[in-house]
Amino acid sequence: MLELKNLSFKVDNEDGSGALHIIEGLDLTIDDGKFVVITGPNGGGKSTLAKLIMGIEQPTGGQILYNGRDITNMSITERANLGIGYAFQQPPRFKGLTVRSLLSLAAGKDLPEDECCTYLTKVGLCSMDYLNREVDNSLSGGEVKRIEIATLMARNLNLAIYDEPEAGIDLWSFTMLVDTFKTLAKNETNSVIIISHQERIMQLADEIIVLANGKVQTQGPKDEVFPKLLSEFGSFSRECNLRGEAK
Amino acid sequence: MDIKDFKFDLSLTPTDKMMLAEIADMVDTPDGAFNIRKNGEGVVRTSTENIEIRQKLDKPGIDIIIKPFTVAEKVHIPVIITESGVQETVYNDFFIGEGANVEIVAGCGIHNCGDGESKHDGIHTFHIGKNASVKYVEKHYGAGDGNGKRIMNPTTVVEMDEGSYCEMDMVQIKGVDSTYRKTEANLAKDAKIYVLERLMTHGKQEAKTDMVVNLNGEGSSAQIISRTVGKDDSVQVFYPNAVGNNACHAHVQCDSIIMDNAKISSIPAISANHPDAQVIHEAAIGKINSDQLVKLETFGMTEEEAEEIIIQGFLK
Repeated sequence: MLELKNLSFKVDNEDGSGALHIIEGLDLTIDDGKFVVITGPNGGGKSTLAKLIMGIEQPTGGQILYNGRDITNMSITERANLGIGYAFQQPPRFKGLTVRSLLSLAAGKDLPEDECCTYLTKVGLCSMDYLNREVDNSLSGGEVKRIEIATLMARNLNLAIYDEPEAGIDLWSFTMLVDTFKTLAKNETNSVIIISHQERIMQLADEIIVLANGKVQTQGPKDEVFPKLLSEFGSFSRECNLRGEAK
Repeated sequence: MDIKDFKFDLSLTPTDKMMLAEIADMVDTPDGAFNIRKNGEGVVRTSTENIEIRQKLDKPGIDIIIKPFTVAEKVHIPVIITESGVQETVYNDFFIGEGANVEIVAGCGIHNCGDGESKHDGIHTFHIGKNASVKYVEKHYGAGDGNGKRIMNPTTVVEMDEGSYCEMDMVQIKGVDSTYRKTEANLAKDAKIYVLERLMTHGKQEAKTDMVVNLNGEGSSAQIISRTVGKDDSVQVFYPNAVGNNACHAHVQCDSIIMDNAKISSIPAISANHPDAQVIHEAAIGKINSDQLVKLETFGMTEEEAEEIIIQGFLK
């Protein structure tokens, strides 16, 4: 179980005019085995929240508990070893590292070819074309993004966080990705947090959280929250779909 | 690495064997022709039907003569220095016959436990015949805990005939205190050269590279890639120069990771003396991208482990 207690993250304004609150006194509990989608307006604090959970950013106030243990001051490495993982919205590239070695590093062991292929297929990449390619500038943004998602699949995670996995991914691969997330959603022991604006991903959720102005605006079961989003924002999903590349 | 007993010479010490494995991947008597030079003398030399290795009579070094149309054969010519204070200049000439296809594994290892300066200057000249293809692999390695410096100054000249191909993989990852590498290649019509230089310096090491590729023939092409990592207080200077004298393509790419107090200068030069010459260079120096470190840390690695993986990949 992940518990965020009175969590805050603020940064100083560049012009010295005080602090900007990105996350403000946020309380949130995510139970084991849940598939949670976090959505909300741009600049609402979603990515920052994901980074705070992974330890990439340090909160300026509050506490993060994971399975009852205070992990607020733990490093990224320590959190990773507890089974927490994070897929970047804009993943870095690595000169000289092949897709296969990156997947092996993620898995923590030398992955056999067929296992690598399974993960790549899940994200819609034809594995034989990619295994020995370097994760460098020769790959497109969408390809790097899908490899990023595959690295999380290659890890045996208790809590996987995906930051806008659909961004930059074409429609055909997106359909396959949704199927893959569907399988993840069925797992009842591991938790998945996906930051997304996509209706089709929200439809998979056990719970939907709407984050705005650094606070939880709404949290509840999908069947309760999703219809509200639709009625509140009217053409919410259509707008979101138009905004994303996976239209 | 599992090092077996070399059949050809029982006088090799464990250090000798470790060095041969390190610089030439030799863990056993190799197939094909080979020459091992140790502390200024040739200790063993074997020729084959197609590849003759002959000692020079006028100066230190060897001639390696490869018959035309020799296919898929290898030559190993490693040099090791294990006595402190040995200093030598060695001339090796390679004559690669028309249509031959061979791999040449060179490499130099200095193990210096004393106070004397140990130095190996290898002057290599390649004459690559028409349509011949050569892969040349050269590793430089230094070890030993003495105060004596380990110095290597290789000079390589490559003369390439029409339609020939040359791939050069030159590595210096550890333990060489000072190196000044000079490489010159002259390409005839349709000749192609691919050079990959990988280098890591640490401590107070210094490394300097001058490289000139003259693309003289129509349709010739060159790709030069330099990847380096500078750590501690080390200093690196690169000066690759591609000169297009005909309708040709050349691409020079220098990438460096800078760490600690290292200093790196990358001064790529390109010249075109023909309207159809296309010559490109790219150069970048920077520290390790913090997102790369974070990404690997999210796999459970420490920052140091992540750094090591990034450098290994970069220099692979």
